[in-house]
Amino acid sequence: MSSGIRRRRSLVVVALIVAAIGSVVVGLSLGAVRIPPGEILSILWGKLTGATASGAHDAVLWHLRAPRVVLGLMVGAGLSVAGALMQGLFRNPLADPSLIGVSSGAALGAVFAIVLGGALLPTLPFLHHAGFLPVAAFAGALGVTLFIQRLASTSGYTAVATLLLAGVAVNALVGAVIGFATFLATDAQLRTLSFWTLGSLGAADWAIVGIALPFCLGLVALAPFFAGALNALSLGEAEAAHLGYAVERIKGLIIFLTAAGVGVCVAYTGIIGFVGLVVPHLVRLMIGPDHRWLIPGSALLGASLLVLADTAARVIVAPAEMPIGILTAAFGAPFFLGMLLRQRRKALWS
Amino acid sequence: MKTLVVLLAVAFALESHASDRVVSAGGAITETIYALGAQDALVAVDTSSIYPEQAAALPKVGYSRALSAEGILSMKPSLVLVNADSGPTEALSQVEKIGVKVVRLPNEHTVEAAENRIRAVGSEVGKTEEADKLISVLREDLKVASESAGKPETAPKVLFIYTRGGGLMNVSGKNTAADAMIALAGARNAVTDYEGYKPLTAEAAVAAAPDVILVTSKGLESAGGVDELLKQPGLALTPAGKARRVVALDDLYLLGFGPRLGKAALELSQKLRASPGLAQQ
Repeated sequence: MSSGIRRRRSLVVVALIVAAIGSVVVGLSLGAVRIPPGEILSILWGKLTGATASGAHDAVLWHLRAPRVVLGLMVGAGLSVAGALMQGLFRNPLADPSLIGVSSGAALGAVFAIVLGGALLPTLPFLHHAGFLPVAAFAGALGVTLFIQRLASTSGYTAVATLLLAGVAVNALVGAVIGFATFLATDAQLRTLSFWTLGSLGAADWAIVGIALPFCLGLVALAPFFAGALNALSLGEAEAAHLGYAVERIKGLIIFLTAAGVGVCVAYTGIIGFVGLVVPHLVRLMIGPDHRWLIPGSALLGASLLVLADTAARVIVAPAEMPIGILTAAFGAPFFLGMLLRQRRKALWS
Repeated sequence: MKTLVVLLAVAFALESHASDRVVSAGGAITETIYALGAQDALVAVDTSSIYPEQAAALPKVGYSRALSAEGILSMKPSLVLVNADSGPTEALSQVEKIGVKVVRLPNEHTVEAAENRIRAVGSEVGKTEEADKLISVLREDLKVASESAGKPETAPKVLFIYTRGGGLMNVSGKNTAADAMIALAGARNAVTDYEGYKPLTAEAAVAAAPDVILVTSKGLESAGGVDELLKQPGLALTPAGKARRVVALDDLYLLGFGPRLGKAALELSQKLRASPGLAQQ
């Protein structure tokens, strides 16, 4: 391996860390309520030292913006790392978490909660109304994913090609169920549903951050341990097994981590498209396909991208708010295309 | 920590209470605020607040079911009036936690809910007397509308078609705003087989045999006028289609159940009966 790529990698990772810190600063600084930078610093300093707060801006910064930024970091990192894991596991550049049913399962749960929740809740008194949707979405994500994995597994062996095809089929089936629920839904439920599928970090508060943290952190912190196995898997399953990796156990663990991590993200934010698919590609274009670098790189870039997208969502139509899914696709896709074209031009020149 | 939050809440409330600043997230709520003459306190509205025209010039806090807590707070409101089904609930409870009063108002399609909303808005913005006056006018109009209706068996059958262009047409069944308005105007909904809205189908339209087709003005516009509307499959074969009896009223006026409810019911009643050739039936 040349020292050139090693240096490039280190540079890119440092740049990504700086970008992540920058995105947090931007995310905390901008919003519908104008708070001068000096006041932001003094409020944050006050939080660190436990001093008494200064007023209304304190509440906006600490109870509205800060949890959103933290949730954005977690969701962005989680979705991107899950995308990198899926692309590695399926050895397919088009793979993302939605392929194994996480998104469609979550959507199924959400539709269920939105359309039938009112009728069903009285029989489930332990759930309050606002808490029902995320629980249903999470259960749907995990349930559909595990169902797809079950379909593709025979006596302890999960056939990746079957997993992929089963995913496509079950996603279509779930689509039909969602379509039927849409047909039954009232106008109000329909609009709630369509906004949910465009995603929003608007529900963020410290309690939600606390619930989602272990799942997202579990995914992001454990993913690097699979880097070696995923590198070996890129040679083929048999080759990876010969290299000493417990391929089946690793497959199962990756799918479960992804379903749980992405499931909880989607449950609280709705569907934020594009991030899981494209962030790993962007990182690969910058520092190559080695998963030991790809996974942390994806986490950093995904986190920054999502926090910036959410900040834009809060600012551009203030005091209203743009659904974040529109922005991740609208800004991410041209950027990605640009990098692809640059890559192609380079290939032609060399 | 708790005392801190309370202190903050008080600080915020004091800071913003100096000027009475109202954010309204509901078309009918906004309309009521104007009807009560309290519009000077109004600082922002939602996207459904399209009447009166001045309301459209105010800052928009977005769609009533996709509100943003910080967006609302940036208007420094002292009072936020929302529909009972506005949300997301998290955003509204965050606004409340920071110490801004949020009042959820009924928005069912009933006269009672409309009156309660007027009364509640009136007491929140300090216009109780005006609210009472508005309600008594509303009742008077509704009374005239129902008196002019005549016998139920001769009441015209009305098919309400909701369209926003693109060739998609939905017909209102029971438990809709249109269904309630048709009843208040002393007429009969031609479709009673289902609740809510379902896509228009040619055979169902013929089977419903409406005497009059009711649309919103914008809907008629987007359909391309009466001629284009009647080209929809099946409509030309209905009694309404044959006699070209199409009544159009403004969206929020017809379906909003706001302060103009009485006027709308009265006008609808008169227009339905003034439709050509209906009296002879």
